Amino acid sequence: MNSVKIQVLGSGCSTCKKLYELTKEAVAEMNLGVEVEYITDIQKIVEMGVMSSPVLAVNGKPAMTGFTPDIEKIKQLIKENAK
Amino acid sequence: MDIFYPLQLLADWLTYGLIKIGPESRLGSSANFFIYDSLKILILLLVINYFMAIVRHYLPVEKLRDFLASRKWYGLDYLLAAAFGTITPFCSCSSIPLFIGFLETGIPLGVTLSFLITSPLVNQVAVVLFAGLFGWKITILYVVAAILLGVIGGFILGKLKLEKYVADYVWQIKSRKNKTTKNKLPFRDLLKLFWREGWALTKKITPYVLLGIGVGALIHGYVPAGFFEQYITADNLLAVPIATIVAVPMYANAVGVIPIMQSLVEKGIPLGTAMAFMMAVVGLSLPEALILKRVMKVKLLVYFFGITTINIIVIGYLFNAFVK
Repeated sequence: MNSVKIQVLGSGCSTCKKLYELTKEAVAEMNLGVEVEYITDIQKIVEMGVMSSPVLAVNGKPAMTGFTPDIEKIKQLIKENAK
Repeated sequence: MDIFYPLQLLADWLTYGLIKIGPESRLGSSANFFIYDSLKILILLLVINYFMAIVRHYLPVEKLRDFLASRKWYGLDYLLAAAFGTITPFCSCSSIPLFIGFLETGIPLGVTLSFLITSPLVNQVAVVLFAGLFGWKITILYVVAAILLGVIGGFILGKLKLEKYVADYVWQIKSRKNKTTKNKLPFRDLLKLFWREGWALTKKITPYVLLGIGVGALIHGYVPAGFFEQYITADNLLAVPIATIVAVPMYANAVGVIPIMQSLVEKGIPLGTAMAFMMAVVGLSLPEALILKRVMKVKLLVYFFGITTINIIVIGYLFNAFVK
C-alpha cells in the first residue's frame, strides 16, 4: 500500500478543515508516510463529479463525500480504496 | 391525549417533585419547559434521522439531479427542485459544487436557484423542531411556504435571463462522470449503517438543539406574557420588513433559531414576523453570499438576495394576515 494519494477537497468551510485534520490524524496513525493534500479549488471538486463537500479522495477517486467525525471510518476507507 | 404526555409527567416529576421548584416560580417554569421540550425533540430527532438516513441512501442528490435533467419538465421542474431541496442535507459548504453540478447537466439557472433557496430552509431537523414546538398545522404551512419561496424566487430569477452573470468558468467545467460505486451491503448491515448515521447526526446537533431550547426556556420563564406586544403588533406594517432586513446578513442554523422563535411568538411576537426573521437568518447570510460570490457575478448575487428577501417579506405578511 505504498504511494497512496490522499486528498481532502472542500470549499474552505470549517467542516472541510475538520475532515482534513481528522484525515491527517488517520494517516499518521496508519503510518502511511504520505502527506494529505488539502484542495480548496472548487473546479477540482466538481471535476470529480461530486456535488457535496467535503470530499475524501483516495488515489484521485472520491471515497467519501460529506462529513464523518469517525476516524476509524476514514482509516477503513483509505484501506479499502487504496487496493 | 398526545403521545408525549408521559414526558410531561416525567418533566413535572423532575422539576416539581425531585428538584422541588414550584411551577409558579420562574425557574420552575423554565426548567420544566426545558426538560419536556428537549426530551421530546431529541426522541423525535433520533427517529427522523434514522428514517432520513434510509431515504438518502436510496436517493442521493446526484440521482435527484439526474432525474431533473432527464427530460423537459415545462415548469414543473421548479417545484421538483424546491421539493428536492427539502429532503437533501444542506451545508453551505456544498452550495457551490451543487450549483455547478446542476448547471452543468443542463438544469436551467432558475431551477437551480429554486433548489438553492429551499434547501437551507427545510430539512428534517427543522421540521421536527417545528412540529415539536408549533404543532403540525404550522409545520406544514411553513414547509409549503418554503417550497413556494423557492418556486417563485427561482421562477422570477429564471425569467430575468441572468445566465450571463454566472461566473464564466462555471460554463466551461466538464466533470468526469464518476460512477461512485456503492458497495452492495446485506440488508442487515445497511440497517446498522443507517442507525450509525442517524445516531451520529443526532449527536452532532444535540448541543445546538439544547442551546436553542435553553434560551427558549429562559424566555419562556422570565419574559412576561405578551411582553413584545407593546412593541411589535401584527398590524405594524414596518415590523416584517425590518425583521427580515436585519436578519439577512446574520447567519444561524435553523436548529438553534426555531426554539428561540417559538418562545418569542409565545410572548407576543406575531408569527409571520418571527417566521420572516427566521427564514432570512437561515436562508440568506453574509457568509453564504461570500461563498456564492465565487460562482456568481455581483449582479446575479444582488438579484438572488433581493428577490428572495422580498418574497420572505411577503410570506411574513401572509402569515400575519391569515394564520392565527
